[in-house]
Amino acid sequence: MADDEHRGPRPTGFDTLALHAGQRPDAATGARATPIYQSASFVFPDSDFAVGLFNIERAGHVYSRLSNPTNAVLEERISALEHGVAAIAVASGQAAMHLAVSTICSAGDHIVASRSLYGGTHNLLQYTLPRFGIETTFVDPRSPAAFEAAIRDNTRLVFGEILGNPGLEVLDVPTVAAVAHDADLPLLVDSTFATPYLCKPIDLGADLVFHSATKFLSGHGIVIGGLVIDGGTFDWEASGKFPTLTEPYEGFHDLVFAEEFGPQAFIVRARREGLRDFGACMSPTTAFHVLQGLETLPIRMDKHVANTREVVAFLEAHEAVESVSYPELPSHPDHDLSARLLPKGAGAVFSFEIKGGRDAGRTFIEDLSIFSHLANVGDAKSLVIHPASTTHHRMDAEALAAAGIGEGLVRLSIGLEDPDDLIGDLSRALRRATRAPR
Amino acid sequence: MSGTRIRVDGRTVYVGNGSGHPDTDAESVVFVHGAGMDHTVWALPARYFARQGLRVAAVDLPGHGRSEGPPFDCIDAMAVWLGEALDALAIPTAAVAGHSMGSLVAYRFASTMPHRCRALALLGTSAPMPVTDPLLNAAKDNHHAAIDMANTWSHSTGTLGSNANPGVWMLGVGERLLERSAPGVFHADLTACNTFDAESAGAMIQCPVLVIAGDDDMMTPARAGLDVAQALPDARVVRLEGCGHAMLNERPNEVLDALIGVVPT
Repeated sequence: MADDEHRGPRPTGFDTLALHAGQRPDAATGARATPIYQSASFVFPDSDFAVGLFNIERAGHVYSRLSNPTNAVLEERISALEHGVAAIAVASGQAAMHLAVSTICSAGDHIVASRSLYGGTHNLLQYTLPRFGIETTFVDPRSPAAFEAAIRDNTRLVFGEILGNPGLEVLDVPTVAAVAHDADLPLLVDSTFATPYLCKPIDLGADLVFHSATKFLSGHGIVIGGLVIDGGTFDWEASGKFPTLTEPYEGFHDLVFAEEFGPQAFIVRARREGLRDFGACMSPTTAFHVLQGLETLPIRMDKHVANTREVVAFLEAHEAVESVSYPELPSHPDHDLSARLLPKGAGAVFSFEIKGGRDAGRTFIEDLSIFSHLANVGDAKSLVIHPASTTHHRMDAEALAAAGIGEGLVRLSIGLEDPDDLIGDLSRALRRATRAPR
Repeated sequence: MSGTRIRVDGRTVYVGNGSGHPDTDAESVVFVHGAGMDHTVWALPARYFARQGLRVAAVDLPGHGRSEGPPFDCIDAMAVWLGEALDALAIPTAAVAGHSMGSLVAYRFASTMPHRCRALALLGTSAPMPVTDPLLNAAKDNHHAAIDMANTWSHSTGTLGSNANPGVWMLGVGERLLERSAPGVFHADLTACNTFDAESAGAMIQCPVLVIAGDDDMMTPARAGLDVAQALPDARVVRLEGCGHAMLNERPNEVLDALIGVVPT
């Protein structure tokens, strides 16, 4: 039979998963929405069942630092949307990054990371993790060869953002994943800016994904949260470089996670060690809010992208704008890669350089009325920030330049307002900024 | 604690032990996985019975998980192999539990070596166990459609939500396990299921038998499981309402409760 004659069942669509994955109507009450299980602990039916829960013989919940029924719905749903095997909801995107790293890296290990990162992630890798013996080499995200060259014998992780911050370099996930896998290493991708609606890194070759759920996933700027997703794709045993997953763990009665849990090895260790010991759990109320966001993620992301395209077109044609950096523009170095990896759109965060440098940028931001000047992205409302003086203020001029951040760079996060109103707001502020004395 | 690696017919075989530390005279329980799977599907019950002091042997059949291939394409050969594996493990008698294809291996083992089987648990079973041509043909070509068919049909239609295991997307786990199979392994397994000849071998089975049937099982319909039980002299049935074929994922606690009722401890 010809290979192309085989037909599997049609998979459940993304929009349906965004609404239903992980939840059935509540068995006790019939509640259609996911209840908020605002409870620290859960009653054991009997002592043997209790032991079974602690010893991973039984399925269920013990204590909301380890798992919670509301969080479990969110974790299952994001796993389905990212095409992974399992996920863990944590207190923030930073906690998600830390949980991923700490589950597989120990003192003496090394990470190869893109140099175009969210400032908080950069701080963690550059300054904090070295105190615990984990070093990072930062490389050009557009150079798979640089990733390869930076890998050492003690490297344990390759990492990048699907859309770099703030330059929007598109990570060539298939190529960088191949580089990582050739060295028996997993690829971790921060997919916050894309969301699974625009890109599924696991389908492209990544092994682990994390999100700041604070952004587009929740979508309304009301919670802080993070999610780590295990693709279940990486063969930890074949690699031979990950003793936390392939050797007996004294902290859990000599459990060998890869042997007993196969494709779930990473996520089981992350829950049974990282969440247990570091304790950066998500509150169930936060999980509820993120779930509400996920339910409308597809239609929101379409609107975010459509608005962004209109604003980008306006700014690119404006005389007061030096340049616009958005991967869908032919002028962007990753235009073709973006079209291939992000065919539904390159997200709703982008940056532009205003003529007049730092002073013009400051005046522009202060004159905006619909856009809010704050440190966040992915809100339903449009946002603006000046990276050099806020998110990346700890980086010196040289590091800023290396990360592609100009002093006059302005980052926008385009929301769901009427695009004509956004353009009107930008137009007024640009006019005033370019008229202002400098 | 690491599982055990033994040699059977000159090939390395992996046997999971549920992190147990059994006494040398402990009773044994053997777990046999289904088509394209490995011992990890038994992770939770293996850990439970290991804690009870039983000697747990969750085997990876040849060509599966950490066991060397090639795979068998015949249930009878798998049952003979299971006896040899238990010889290598110095396990004279055991309670044997099998899921799907593994239930046929357990069934044949219990009917051909009844003196070695103290209890039998058949999860998601059917005898015979016919496999559709589209699934067989896709598996023969190592096409991903075979994984999609088996994985989708192995879960109840309600499995878009509410896994008892926090945070686990069971369709994702099933897909990854099947993807880990080497080319040809899944087809060999499905061929073994499709050609299984139950005949009247069940009459040889004298030990207590538990059949666990999922009411929403699309791979081995509950009716077929009830027929298997009816043909056995000492069989009890546990029906799981709304549960599909992948009952170890969908209803881990109910499955374990049922197993506790039949496995001697």
